[in-house]
Amino acid sequence: MGMTFAEKVLAKRSGKDSVVPGEIVIVEPDYLLMHDNVAAIVGKIDAELKEFSVARHDMPVIVLDHVIPAVSEKTALNHQKARQFAKEHDIIHFYDVGEGVCHQIMVEKCLAMPGRIVVGSDSHTCSYGVVGAFGTGIDRTEAAALLLRGKLWLKVPETIKITLKGKLRPPVSAKDLVLTIIGDIGADGANYAAVEYHGNVASLSMDERFTISNMGVEMGAKIAVFPVDEVTLSSPCAKKTKPEEYEPVWADPDAHYVRELEYDLVKIEPVVACPHKVDNVKPVTEIEGLEFQQFLLGTCTNGRLSDLEEAADILKGKHVPPHVRLLVLPASKDVLEEALEKGIITTLSRAGGIVLPPGCGPCLGAHQGVLAPGERCLGTANRNFKGRMGCADAEIYLASPATIAASAITGRMTDPRKVYQEVHK
Amino acid sequence: MKVWKYGDDINTDMLFPGKYTYTAATAEEIKPHLLEDLDPEFAGNVQKDDLVFAGKNFGCGSSREQPVVGLKAVGIQAVVAKSFARIFYRSAINQGLLLIDAPEAVDAYKDGDKVELNAEEGWVQVGDRKFAIPKLPPEILAIRDAGGLLPYTLNALREERQKALGGAASSRP
Repeated sequence: MGMTFAEKVLAKRSGKDSVVPGEIVIVEPDYLLMHDNVAAIVGKIDAELKEFSVARHDMPVIVLDHVIPAVSEKTALNHQKARQFAKEHDIIHFYDVGEGVCHQIMVEKCLAMPGRIVVGSDSHTCSYGVVGAFGTGIDRTEAAALLLRGKLWLKVPETIKITLKGKLRPPVSAKDLVLTIIGDIGADGANYAAVEYHGNVASLSMDERFTISNMGVEMGAKIAVFPVDEVTLSSPCAKKTKPEEYEPVWADPDAHYVRELEYDLVKIEPVVACPHKVDNVKPVTEIEGLEFQQFLLGTCTNGRLSDLEEAADILKGKHVPPHVRLLVLPASKDVLEEALEKGIITTLSRAGGIVLPPGCGPCLGAHQGVLAPGERCLGTANRNFKGRMGCADAEIYLASPATIAASAITGRMTDPRKVYQEVHK
Repeated sequence: MKVWKYGDDINTDMLFPGKYTYTAATAEEIKPHLLEDLDPEFAGNVQKDDLVFAGKNFGCGSSREQPVVGLKAVGIQAVVAKSFARIFYRSAINQGLLLIDAPEAVDAYKDGDKVELNAEEGWVQVGDRKFAIPKLPPEILAIRDAGGLLPYTLNALREERQKALGGAASSRP
């Protein structure tokens, strides 16, 4: 019988002809991603690093993105420790504050590539499915052990096949699609499983696929992966990287799936994830008019050029009302610079946008846009858990860049299709 | 011994708010904020050997390990849930915290029921009903038996070094 993507990657990398779900294999990942938490990770093994050093200098990737620039002496010390560690251990892949969110950097700098295995001490490591890589999250302790030993165990997951039909109707976007799927199958709908996207994936750009893979963990998935097609192979990284340095892998036609789902993209509507769970998904029309005090456009989920451009198209010549904040968080410095060159940032700024340094910003509630009790935020991020943006008595709603932009104009939940039709008349 | 009972999809932000993730790393720093946004009574009143019972998808969300480190540090015997999120489950193995997938035991529990746990024999008793604790694969048990992933890794590294040294010595003429 044929094998799924996950089975093929894990079999090959553990030196086996085939593997079955449930089997435990030992693999040496290509990369270990760490961010600001690298300070805590190496803090666990200061003495052991002296005894054994790191297993491979080219395996760790460090991106300082979570609390940047530092907000306190404690966070500044974390960054300092990260820099010292990178220097002492000749860590090749080190990205200091301001370069961008770690997941965007992994893809942008051509580290996440087809067929590679990347583990990261961050749950959204599943993002690398966008390029057909096996990316999955681990905790700090595991990252510390991996630094020392260079290998880890992985359980071969069952796989869920999601087949896409038709095309999305703008301004309906990938975010609406993935939120719809999460709403349908639940926050644990893909728990422990690999998710493969099949069918008309060619209709989705790399930016759109990124959004979908990034949200994989919000349905519990271990990985959320797309096939490598012409869209992938025409991306800058595929052109820059030697073909022998990566290997496109895809499932066999007769692979076994634990569950199969089908989505007709034409039928997807603008949706919003309501507090306090990502699977609490409703059509935007159900809460139209609801008032928000803060809007967040960006993050590793929707902070790429096409996301900012989509929002700028809608916000051009308009301005958010008084007492409403619009935060703009590009996923990386490269995205920021491109958006500057294209005038997108000017448009967003003139619409009242506050541009934050490329990083995680307010998404995890540590700084740069913490909410007050009773406030509501509508954002393009990936989580709306209670307390996520620093205040347990605030509410977070998640939607697409177009929905955020359309709603920011009035400060109230708005169906983006109405505004989009006006703009594209 | 008290049972702390919670619902479905208890996420990592409820177990340990994200705003503290870069300022609290040690067990002592974590303890006061444990379950802060879920149950403000927990941190001040939890006792050694207490149990946590929960619904499905316990520990979903972030990869932060503070919830696991914290629950272990306050002496929670085990978390019994209908299911666990993947990274949280892995993290518990790494820290040596016992997680029990036992949906029937969770459904059987009513407030005030006496709960008894015997990890060695592999059962948990709720009221007068006994439920088996699912067995872990040997590769995973080895990590837990070593006291967690770091001690396990260090043992393995020292063994490998020993072997390499032994091998080099014996290859000498």
